[in-house]
Amino acid sequence: MSALPTRLAPVPLRVLATTPETADSTTLVLESGAIQPGAPGQFNMLYPFGLGEAAISISADDAAARRLVHTVRGVGPVSAAIAALRPGDVLGVRGPFGVGWPMRQARGRTIVLVAGGIGLAPLRPVIHAVLRERAAYGRLLVFYGARTPRERLFVPELAGWEASADLEFVTTVDSGDANWGGHVGFVTALLAQARFDPARTIAMTCGPEIMMRAVANHLRERGMAAEDIHVSMERNMKCAAGLCGHCQFGPLFICKDGPVFPYGRIAELMTVREI
Amino acid sequence: MKTMAGLIREHPFLADLTEAECEVVAGCAKNAVFEPGTYILREGQPANAFHLIRHGRVAVEIYAPRRGSHVLQTLGPGEILGLSWIVPPYRSTSDARAMEQVRTFSFDAVCLREKCEKDPALGYALMKRFVPVLVQRMSAARLQALDMFGAQA
Repeated sequence: MSALPTRLAPVPLRVLATTPETADSTTLVLESGAIQPGAPGQFNMLYPFGLGEAAISISADDAAARRLVHTVRGVGPVSAAIAALRPGDVLGVRGPFGVGWPMRQARGRTIVLVAGGIGLAPLRPVIHAVLRERAAYGRLLVFYGARTPRERLFVPELAGWEASADLEFVTTVDSGDANWGGHVGFVTALLAQARFDPARTIAMTCGPEIMMRAVANHLRERGMAAEDIHVSMERNMKCAAGLCGHCQFGPLFICKDGPVFPYGRIAELMTVREI
Repeated sequence: MKTMAGLIREHPFLADLTEAECEVVAGCAKNAVFEPGTYILREGQPANAFHLIRHGRVAVEIYAPRRGSHVLQTLGPGEILGLSWIVPPYRSTSDARAMEQVRTFSFDAVCLREKCEKDPALGYALMKRFVPVLVQRMSAARLQALDMFGAQA
């Protein structure tokens, strides 16, 4: 059977489980049905019936369990409706779409991941993939910036990563509280303290565009090639298949040419205000 | 046994100073240890010292009446604590609290300012190291102020 129907017509899938992550973010585990698992960095279009669709990144590498995992921040009517779903509810899913993280290029190299806020969700499958096949990759350094300690995602999993010898995981927050004993400050401050060989490193970053730009500029100053720095872009999407032009970004379509791009390909576009 | 000049040259912040410059700067340096909870700097107090952090983490805080202390930034090994020593009127603009046991190279700011006045080349060499830190921290503070991870971001 062609993959076309699952790309253009939503497949009704049941929510198997939900995990509240923060006050406004939830992780949904869905049955996968006819939807292919997707690669790290790809996304599905999720459709709470009657409200509209939202492009949501795959947030776990759970293909073996034949489940789809998405982490949603409820900021608009559609995403809020998705975040409010409960086990047993049904929503429509199309996908997977887009170009994911460069996992093949990352093999054998040091990997630097920089996530900001909900941007950890699209990068989590990269961490899962590396940990599952640990010997195939070099060092894994993860820098995670969150607004406050309470607004961190995947808190139980973070504790495991922080304690693991398989990766170097550090969190920083913009604003701590009385119980926070971790780092406070912008994520580039952590990055500046990290030691790695820029020529043998590949970087992937996801978060607000201004953060990704600051991260990419910092890595460029450290000597990394723009082609070795990858950013995940976000725009409102409609068809998700490069047909409607909703997510057009200069000459590119975020949905089909991205959402993951080498920084060298879009660095100039990221500074054009009219796009 | 290593001399103070040799030791401070191992710190990333001063790593590329010349040997002669390190000797001069080391004359104003000593080792310092701060136990957890100790305040290393206090807002408004004379900036009589700055520190190169060797071990441990420091919380840079600001105190607001009725809100208490707010952590603006944390610093760790390899980083510099205290930038006000080089800018008149030489008063600390924030508190700095040891989050755990902290070991530093502590520099007598009055001593170093005098040496910089007498030797502008040394002063310029130090300025070239401090100004980028100032700019990086200002840029980071601007981005933090955007609240970019908030719901409206």
